[in-house]
Amino acid sequence: MESKSYTTGSRDNANRNLEGSKTLMASHFLRALFRIQQTSTTRSSFAGRRRRIRRAAYASMAYSAGTRRAWSRALLRKLRSRARLRFPRRLSRAARPQRGDTDQAQVLRKLVPGGPGMDYCKLLEETADYIRCLTTQVRLMQTVMDSISS
Amino acid sequence: MPIEMSSRRSRITDEEINELISKLQSLLPESRRRSTSRASASKLLKETCSYIRSLHREVDDLSDRLSDLMSTMDSNSPQAEIIRSILRS
Repeated sequence: MESKSYTTGSRDNANRNLEGSKTLMASHFLRALFRIQQTSTTRSSFAGRRRRIRRAAYASMAYSAGTRRAWSRALLRKLRSRARLRFPRRLSRAARPQRGDTDQAQVLRKLVPGGPGMDYCKLLEETADYIRCLTTQVRLMQTVMDSISS
Repeated sequence: MPIEMSSRRSRITDEEINELISKLQSLLPESRRRSTSRASASKLLKETCSYIRSLHREVDDLSDRLSDLMSTMDSNSPQAEIIRSILRS
């Protein structure tokens, strides 16, 4: 696998942080995939494999951002509680929409982990980081796919 | 515009919000960005939500395909060796 195609361009400290987290993401995800591969040989575990891979994807995203971000903290909490990962979230009755929210901000809150607890400004910041991480994870999965199928 | 919004804005400037919104716009892929070049914040958020949903779907889809691919892999295949070597490096 050409890791260059996946982690190019280091320009400053912010980018260096990104590079570090990309590497973290990749190694976490690959290790998880390997574990899943070793432990899903019986037919019964076959069905759960897709779910485990999906969970590993979100886990490696969350671990790469660590506790630095509100969305990753929320995701880590969800993963540790072994709750089902569902997007958009079904908001519990306690999580009421924030005052002054537009309709779209409310929709966005359900899509970003930890959304309900954030004010509008924070929501916008966290959304940007979440999107960056998601696109990185998607690219990682595509790269792994290409390597395996080649 | 809800009244609460203006009191919130006295702490966080309109400028900051606009900056955050345009940062979100810059994260959209080219195809989605074109339709929102002169859009309101609301349209942009809508496009952002749509983009996040499509990314979630991509993760689902890739998980599915990876799962299928893995069934063709066994621990002694060359692909497994590739992965092992990446993890070692």
